[in-house]
Amino acid sequence: MTKPKKDTLVQTGEAVGIIAAQSIGEPGTQMTMRTFHYAGVAEQVPTGLPRLIEIVDARKTAKKPLMDIYLKHEYANNEEKARAFAESIEGLTLASVAYLEEDFATKKITITIDEEVAKEEGLQISEIVKIIKKLIANATQEKNVVTLKPRTSNLRSLRRLSNKLKALHVKGVPNISRAMILRGPKGFFVRTGGSNLAEVLKREEIDGPALYTNDIKEVEKTLGIEAARNAIVHEINQVLSLQGLDVDVRHLMLLADAMCASGSIKSIGRHGLSGEKAGILARAAFEETLKHLINASVRGEEDKLIGVTENIIIGQTIPVGTGLVRLVMKRTADKKKEAKEEKEE
Amino acid sequence: MAKKKLKKRKRVRISLPDKTAVYVNGRLVGFYAEGAKLYHDLRDKRRDGLLSSQTNFAFSRKTRELFINTDGGRARRPYVVVKHGKSLYTKELQEKVKKGEVSWTDLIKTGVVEYLDSEEEEEHAYVAPTDKEITEEHSHVEIDPVSIAGVTVSTLPFVEYNSSPRITMACAMSKQSLGVYSTNYNIRMDSRAHILFYPQAPLAQTQPYKTLRFGRQPAGQNLVVAITSYRGYNMGDAVVMNKNAVDRCMMRSAFYKTYETEERRYPGGQKDKFELPQPVVSGYRDEKQYRHLGEDGVIVPESKVEARDVLVGKTSPPRFLEEVSVFGIAEEKKRENSVTVKNGEEGIVDSVMLTESLSGNKLVKVKVRSIKVPEPGDKFASRHGQKGVVGLLAPQEDMPFTESGIVPDLIINPHAIPSRMTAGHLLEMIGGKAACMNGNLVDATPFQGDKEHEFKEQLEKFGFQRHGKEILYDGITGERIETEIFLGVIYYQRLHHLVSNKMHVRSRGPVQLLTHQPTEGRAREGGLRFGEMERDCLIGYGASMLLKERMLEESDKTTALICEKCGSIAVYDHLKKREYCPLCDSTNLSKVELSYAFKLLLDEIKSIGIFPRLMLKDKA
Repeated sequence: MTKPKKDTLVQTGEAVGIIAAQSIGEPGTQMTMRTFHYAGVAEQVPTGLPRLIEIVDARKTAKKPLMDIYLKHEYANNEEKARAFAESIEGLTLASVAYLEEDFATKKITITIDEEVAKEEGLQISEIVKIIKKLIANATQEKNVVTLKPRTSNLRSLRRLSNKLKALHVKGVPNISRAMILRGPKGFFVRTGGSNLAEVLKREEIDGPALYTNDIKEVEKTLGIEAARNAIVHEINQVLSLQGLDVDVRHLMLLADAMCASGSIKSIGRHGLSGEKAGILARAAFEETLKHLINASVRGEEDKLIGVTENIIIGQTIPVGTGLVRLVMKRTADKKKEAKEEKEE
Repeated sequence: MAKKKLKKRKRVRISLPDKTAVYVNGRLVGFYAEGAKLYHDLRDKRRDGLLSSQTNFAFSRKTRELFINTDGGRARRPYVVVKHGKSLYTKELQEKVKKGEVSWTDLIKTGVVEYLDSEEEEEHAYVAPTDKEITEEHSHVEIDPVSIAGVTVSTLPFVEYNSSPRITMACAMSKQSLGVYSTNYNIRMDSRAHILFYPQAPLAQTQPYKTLRFGRQPAGQNLVVAITSYRGYNMGDAVVMNKNAVDRCMMRSAFYKTYETEERRYPGGQKDKFELPQPVVSGYRDEKQYRHLGEDGVIVPESKVEARDVLVGKTSPPRFLEEVSVFGIAEEKKRENSVTVKNGEEGIVDSVMLTESLSGNKLVKVKVRSIKVPEPGDKFASRHGQKGVVGLLAPQEDMPFTESGIVPDLIINPHAIPSRMTAGHLLEMIGGKAACMNGNLVDATPFQGDKEHEFKEQLEKFGFQRHGKEILYDGITGERIETEIFLGVIYYQRLHHLVSNKMHVRSRGPVQLLTHQPTEGRAREGGLRFGEMERDCLIGYGASMLLKERMLEESDKTTALICEKCGSIAVYDHLKKREYCPLCDSTNLSKVELSYAFKLLLDEIKSIGIFPRLMLKDKA
């Protein structure tokens, strides 16, 4: 069994990086500007080139996260139960059930809870008040109006507090703005706008191993770097296959490996992989030439000429492919001579 | 959420003024109650000749604005006015125009024809294409439906049978065709010019083509074209040409190129001089290259010149002030600065012109003519966006022939037709064939030209098959070709992309001063850039040695002396005949091969105040 596996191994000195880059890049030029839509999700999830850039840039935010939550049998086959679950995880912020007003003169914040909306969402006013009080104890309640008198007298911090309150999560799972049930091949599943792996994983109703999110950063945070690597491969593959492009996964795996090798996700580009290349010349050749040269001179760095770019610049064979081959053995005569010299020393 | 609804911003309603704003040439001059009426009054005044026919009015109902435009620079075009569903250009009027009793200006003055600008057309015109289609609602009618097309399109035959992308291409290419661009080309000194030998007016002409009298200075020839493959030499938009036809001057042209130079004046009273340079002049060329020059240093007309031959002998004062010689007075050492025929060009000196430049200097222009015979690589195109490059000049005896012995001038590939949908090309071939037989021109005006069935009837009348196909015989084997082959006569243009003016090779040649890398461009006998992506490919192959050869060996390889002690670049003192490091005076030096660009990089790094060292190590 090991022989066929060994036969498929790439040879030493093969320029896998370049080949991967070309293999992804070439079909990438054919990517259409057409965008595909997810049924049911109102927000447009970026696909195609924008999404690819997003993944490769390892952005922290600025995208539309989404989750597919698959359910255990009894939920997946029962619309009622599935719906109830979906509703239970849909997150709600204070701003969506209440109206906040800062009074800069008296330095108070008044929160008027909309009773109707709260009722619709199945929330008791007392519950909301409790959550508010958890954040700031100094709150007085009068029917559906809560008044806060924070200690700070600073106007700016008052505003900041107000914003914090607005984003205060009062119900469901934080960061999940909406959840809807969809029918899949294995019964109902829940698709959410927004993602919160850690919290959703705690729920009993879900089919844990099938849980999906498109938020790579979150995968890294909750499941670790290996999972993040797989997520990167999966996401890129998704983008490419959606455009009808056929790229061998192993190229994507190499890309993901390169991004995750350091233990955290690194972007491709100036602030990530390319900016952290070993060689000074290689970095200088990429972007911000002066910056790299000056920093290198300040630190008294030395370029060991290990990489490809450096060797092209100075005009040597590159340590890839045929350039990697070196003569290891020395003639016995030379060896003896050397030994003699050593002795003499 | 509920409260948010209350917070909705109040929208300020901007009510439209109930009066119409009137603008003259974009400037607001006032308001008027009834804009529509004002427009009609103004327009009628113009039609009656009370206002200049060059003014235009546009009333926008939506914004209640009336624009009066009288300024220059507006694009305007004429229409025939329609009133109550009837064209004002009546039958009687047409008769009068024919007799010459009524002129164009009369038609404008009487309001039969009016010019509209884009604004007025947008707001008020509803134009019928022809008289027949006029209804009660129409306000104007086209003078001729052809005028919908522009100048270039309207000269193309059977455009309505072609796909739009090909029409676009045909337009672009007809502007590149060689013909007789000017009848006084003989005395003109254009920097580059082409003249087609034996130009022919096309057999298929459009009405505007005739109106423009394009046929008097045509740009093309009518060729017998067969649509078939020919031993693979017309694959992928290549065409096969009949060698014997080419020898009979088919599609032959002359290329004129004018070289010019003047006697420039330099600060310090010095001046260039046209003369036959003497061997003492610095930079004196081979004597052979001056052979055609007359005493005045200017070449004699009708002399045959080759690349690098001198056209005008010119000497210039030295670039720098001459050193004072031992004898006190500086010896005048002049510099050779002649105008020579460019590399890769040759020809015959057509004419020489002596004049004065704008700054009053003596000016010489030399026009060199060369005959360009069609050769593989030259570009040809029909007027249907069907372009191709000559792939082979086939001897006539090897080409397919018809029963009557007709051999095509050109063979194009059948694959060029279906996907491009240039049915007009096929139609012109049939039409051209019919025209050849009956001796009449084909009317190929869009939408109103001769019809396909007419050509077919004609062909049948002259004993051809109605669809234009013929039985051909293989010129090489003499066997009958199984398939019937479509053969016809169509107008082809020679385009000014001639290989002889473009081809370029380099195996060695000049390098740039700064980088020691090969120069760029054909004019400088340059190399072809081996760019970043090409580089990536070689890396991808792992072709390390080949990459080194491209980037170093065949580019800017140099050997530099490196000081082993301090890592800086050492020098060679020619006077003392000694190699040493200028920094630490060490003589422990090594010769290292590196790219000159890298040496330059090191110098530039030094110039920003960083000292780079090269630490040497023996090759493992």
